[in-house]
Amino acid sequence: MIVEANTVRFDSISLDSGATLAPVDVAYETYGRLNASKSNAILVLHAFSGDAHAAGISHETGKPGWWDNMIGPGKAFDTNKYFMICSNVLGGCRGTTGPGSVNPAAGCPYAMSFPVITIGDMVRVQRMLIDWFGIPRLLSVTGGSMGGMQALEWAVSFPDRVVSAIPIACTTRHSAQQIAFNEVGRQAIMADPDWNNGDYYSGKPPARGLAVARMVGHITFMSDDSMREKFGRRLRGKETFGFDFDVDFEVESYLRYRGSEFVTRFDANSYLYITKAMDYFDLTNGHGSLAAAFERTEARFLVISFSSDWLYPSYQSQEIVRALRARNCDVAYVELESNYGHDAFLVDVAEQTDLIRGFLASTVEKAP
Amino acid sequence: MSGQPARKQAFVRELLGRSDYAIIGDIVEPGARVLDLGCGEGELLEWLAQNKGVEARGVEISGAKVQRAIARGVSVYQGDIDQGLADYPDGAFDYVILSQTLQETHRPRKVLREMLRVGRRVIVAFPNFGHWRVRLSMLVSGGAPRTKLFPYEWYESPNIHFLTVLDFEALAAVEGLVVERRYFLAGRRKVTLFPNLLAEVAVFQVSAAG
Repeated sequence: MIVEANTVRFDSISLDSGATLAPVDVAYETYGRLNASKSNAILVLHAFSGDAHAAGISHETGKPGWWDNMIGPGKAFDTNKYFMICSNVLGGCRGTTGPGSVNPAAGCPYAMSFPVITIGDMVRVQRMLIDWFGIPRLLSVTGGSMGGMQALEWAVSFPDRVVSAIPIACTTRHSAQQIAFNEVGRQAIMADPDWNNGDYYSGKPPARGLAVARMVGHITFMSDDSMREKFGRRLRGKETFGFDFDVDFEVESYLRYRGSEFVTRFDANSYLYITKAMDYFDLTNGHGSLAAAFERTEARFLVISFSSDWLYPSYQSQEIVRALRARNCDVAYVELESNYGHDAFLVDVAEQTDLIRGFLASTVEKAP
Repeated sequence: MSGQPARKQAFVRELLGRSDYAIIGDIVEPGARVLDLGCGEGELLEWLAQNKGVEARGVEISGAKVQRAIARGVSVYQGDIDQGLADYPDGAFDYVILSQTLQETHRPRKVLREMLRVGRRVIVAFPNFGHWRVRLSMLVSGGAPRTKLFPYEWYESPNIHFLTVLDFEALAAVEGLVVERRYFLAGRRKVTLFPNLLAEVAVFQVSAAG
């Protein structure tokens, strides 16, 4: 399945901060075919560092999408049945307008003049895209991690536009620990002299700071078990310690590789803006309580968490489920056993496939 | 309960291989809101949804069973029955079903009260510890009884609260519950006489008084 990226431009958007952004470009990909009644559309929402290329082989890069094992003919999100849409989030750096985009009023990249954005802003941009497609109601909204937060935001902000939601390994609001890890990442970037107050687009990007931020991220994505299994204390290409500060351990090599690979595809300022949006996210904002937030929600829910995920622990998913049950909403929940930590939502395909396939089929059956 | 001795009436059919399911399947009205506690892989809920158009929900502690239930399209929540009902609002369901699980709960009385809070009617099916085979097994062996119905060694049994037909009737009386229906089964046969001695499985439908 060779897929192509598309971009659509919207005139402007009013943001939660009060600022207005104009224009807004949105990069997106689609898989499968929209049916005549436009009732088979599913919006896939990517995680922090993801992009619109969720499935298939990119025409441009030849690389598979980030959830290619879940989306495609016969897969969990069966493109023979469903029309899948994935777009890059607002503030991103993969085709949708973000701090690295050129500000038409200034003729140079926004950098730190880019307005602070929220998960709610991201979702409103996605709604513009769904309106543009002429889709009245999404059969489902789904994603893991930050993608799950957007799915929740969709169900709360636009209850009449979603039939079902599948939030995976996520939360209704960041805990102190989650904010703390994001702040370490931001500080690593801002401590890099190359960051230059965000003004680096004509020179050298803050690659060292961004790489360190990503290294911290990768630690939080894995579990103690999976790190022990994958690396243990194995040395990298040597029999004894080097007695210097080059790479000794496999795990050091892995993190350095991940860090340096990340800087080739991600913008440091996007890192700042998107992590801030995640930290600001609180589904109870403006509602008082979680149950009140779900007051108008009619959607069915499938909530999934993973036993070894300590970045988005199961208790956070259970909070979602409890609030939905208090509203007597239709909600299914399971904690899948996994060793992979937060990464599990990208890795544990077989278990999620059965769940999602069954959930979607029954959602279609029940849909009015 | 008609208690008719006629031979045709003496047998209940099976639903998904179980007689208590067949009884529950008959009781529940079309379109009802049903919560099944300890729903396993959701077979009964799936049947009720497909054949009676009920709004089906389940609670099950085993993650593997929850996975299979969700895969068959049933909305099941992975959780503990002893704690799991607190979130539901009062009167959220028409029927709350507890099939062959009451004897496995830590606090059966609290569970029963919670069921009656969240549901208008409660259907409880349980293995009758007063059955003559259980009594005989204990009398003869002098050890914890092992029968077809209670096949476990005492140290491996999930059953932690043994109750009989009489015990349940007594609890219903103490709690001031209205017993709306009662069915007694031995295999696929309906038991009409001496249920506390002859019934292997009892099915009660109760509601709160008033």
